[in-house]
Amino acid sequence: MSVLSEDLLANIGRCSEPRRELVTRRDIRKYAVATGNRQRKYLDGDLAPPMFHVPLFWDVVELDQLTADGVSIDTLLPKFPLEKAMAGGLNIDYHLPVRPGDWLTATRTLTDIYEKVGRSGPLIFYEVVMDVTNEDDELVIREKTTRILR
Amino acid sequence: MKVSAELNRFGKLRVGDELPQRAFECGNVQLMLYNAALWNGHRIHFDEPYAKEVEGYPGLVLAGPMLGDWLHQCVEEWLNEDGRILSIDYSNRVATYVDEKLFSGGTVTAIRAESGEAEVEVFIKNAEGTVVTPGTVVVRFGEFW
Repeated sequence: MSVLSEDLLANIGRCSEPRRELVTRRDIRKYAVATGNRQRKYLDGDLAPPMFHVPLFWDVVELDQLTADGVSIDTLLPKFPLEKAMAGGLNIDYHLPVRPGDWLTATRTLTDIYEKVGRSGPLIFYEVVMDVTNEDDELVIREKTTRILR
Repeated sequence: MKVSAELNRFGKLRVGDELPQRAFECGNVQLMLYNAALWNGHRIHFDEPYAKEVEGYPGLVLAGPMLGDWLHQCVEEWLNEDGRILSIDYSNRVATYVDEKLFSGGTVTAIRAESGEAEVEVFIKNAEGTVVTPGTVVVRFGEFW
């Protein structure tokens, strides 16, 4: 018997509100330093390193919207019947460079929910695609996150 | 887009070529700065009593995307402006902790002569040699940003 109801599956295709953020040299430099990067162009903030979209679009919520363990709730996701998160994966395509002064827009879409049976019972997989576009509506980065719940 | 200086490097590339390994050891301060750069308030990354006593971890947990970033650094330092990363696929399989000795590396697994592209299997391993973060990166030679 499936753990995924029709109501739950109806959430596939749901999109977040687009979020628009400005890339600054200071934020690039902070990220490059914090990750131990050794390349001058990133440490000086002339170019954003790969994965800079992660800090740029990390959810900024108010304190009372954080859970007791300090996590922000992802409002794109429905309530799943399984809740223990297991290892997930990330797939990122890099189409265009990111530089200070760029205005980027991210839109997240819940693109899939499916289940598999693991050794310890059912597993729920879901996929969220984040498209990052520039002011000319060109795709800059596409990131697909896959998460597993048991 | 810039054109790479060493045009012949792709021609010399062979399946099985290994990327230089790099050691990583993230301390308290670096982990705090990383999570601050993200605006990540998850307590397992900075509240040691909470991480140990409530969540049962042996120490402060490294944030998964930081290890993903290290995979990129491993490949970009090897490319050295002779190419760029087109895509990556990776997953965090085993938790890692503050002050843990980790290292990155990789191997060229496929070469696509017609497009100037190569596929590289990359990893972050812990001191026991267990792969904690495996990944696959596709690179294209002859261009970089």
